[in-house]
Amino acid sequence: MILMKDVYKTYANGVTALNGINVDIKQGEFVYIVGPSGAGKSTFIRLMYREVRPTKGSIYINDVNVNEIKEKRVPLLRRDIGVVFQDFKLLPKLTVYENIAFALEVIEQPPSLIRKRVMDVLELVGLKNKARFIPDELSGGEQQRVSIARAIVNHPKIVIADEPTGNLDPDTSWGIMKILEEINDRGTTVIMATHSKEIVNTFKNRVIAIEDGLIARDEHRGDYGYEN
Amino acid sequence: MKIRTLMRHIREGFKNIGRNGWMTIASVGAVTTTLILVGAFLALMMNLNQMADNIEDDVEINALIDLTINQQEIQQLGNEIKQIDGVDSVVFSSKDDELNKLIDSMGENGQTWQMFEQDNPLNHVYIVRTADPQDTAPVAKKISELKGVQEVNYGQGVVEKLFEFNKYARSIGLVLIVGLLFTAIFLISNTIKITIMARSKEIGIMKLVGATNGFIRWPFFIEGMLLGILGSIIPIAIVLSGYYYLANTVSQRIHYSFVEILPYNPFAIQLSLIILAIGAVIGVWGSVMSVRKFLKV
Repeated sequence: MILMKDVYKTYANGVTALNGINVDIKQGEFVYIVGPSGAGKSTFIRLMYREVRPTKGSIYINDVNVNEIKEKRVPLLRRDIGVVFQDFKLLPKLTVYENIAFALEVIEQPPSLIRKRVMDVLELVGLKNKARFIPDELSGGEQQRVSIARAIVNHPKIVIADEPTGNLDPDTSWGIMKILEEINDRGTTVIMATHSKEIVNTFKNRVIAIEDGLIARDEHRGDYGYEN
Repeated sequence: MKIRTLMRHIREGFKNIGRNGWMTIASVGAVTTTLILVGAFLALMMNLNQMADNIEDDVEINALIDLTINQQEIQQLGNEIKQIDGVDSVVFSSKDDELNKLIDSMGENGQTWQMFEQDNPLNHVYIVRTADPQDTAPVAKKISELKGVQEVNYGQGVVEKLFEFNKYARSIGLVLIVGLLFTAIFLISNTIKITIMARSKEIGIMKLVGATNGFIRWPFFIEGMLLGILGSIIPIAIVLSGYYYLANTVSQRIHYSFVEILPYNPFAIQLSLIILAIGAVIGVWGSVMSVRKFLKV
């Protein structure tokens, strides 16, 4: 499903983020990406939906080499991957409903289906009563749930989350994890970068640790392994 | 693109006008101010051009007919003049008509000329107009070469200078209009660019969620057009009412035949449409060009 072969990434400013990564993630897996700050977690994540391109190596998503697809087809790749951003990346002037609907509008779904899917997903993240709010009127946790709702509304096979609980209190983080687990139970592959020892040690899943741009550890049902 | 997606873009374009509140007002303000200038200047230039046309249209060639030729030859001469390239109309004016015109043009003093009514020394005349006033001199020359023409008058010397002056005036006017338009485009697209720059982050988010460039661009296209149209409302109102006032008051006080301002209808309508079109085109252009910059994520 997701395959990285000898992936290197050096940024224009000379900083090397990844130093030869090899990873194989199967359909339906739940994978934590852990490691110290600046180890290359975010780069690892952003390579998958081509916000960043590798300096060397190949990345395959569903057997397609992400680095080789034409610029015009990048939107199609991104539609197959739901991304939950640490800073939410919600459109500030659109309501919660409109933000989520946007992901379906870009794939030209009929309005009736959009309405149903958006309401369903709002139900799932528990924000049905806030559909008409704009992001600024929501708490951080609520905004993160909108971001998740948008990422999953078009039923992508892969959901990528970059520290989705990074700015949130423990209770809210727990809620978010419940939602991600539920999505994973339905067969969606979930890849999540995190700094939370509690989460990784409580919701047991595969753990990939990145240190200095290399994979230091890759364990089935692993532990966080760092002091917080 | 599906029809419902196009409808979605149009809807979004309209919604963005409201969503962007102050930014919308800033853009519409820039469009309004520049279009008032463009509109007023266009009205002025189009009228001056019309006046120049009127003056040029008044230029006619008087071909004085030789006193010695007979009626049949006069007839034939008229036909020959009509054959000349560029001739629009040929009107015969007998020497009695000419004398009456002379007496009329003299007003009070005309009385003294009445004594010539018994023994009119004037010539019969062919009054010739050319289709294009610029052809006056060459046509006059050809007429003068015909047999039976004693003399040709068309205001030699003065007419050439007048045409020259009009030519320069028109060129300067055109340069000013084009310059003003470029200034307008620059001003408006800059304002729109600033308002879109504030939204570059949003454009980036849209791209990360899987929107194609076209999908992002369309609502901006509609929004730009609406900004242009909204911005042209006040200029059109000002130009229409201002022109209505001018047409009704000023034109009644000026009695020179060539100072005839273009009639309110259809001129005001044409001018409004031109302003509206300029507004819409500049709005779309400014908006689409600005978005293009932020589409590379």
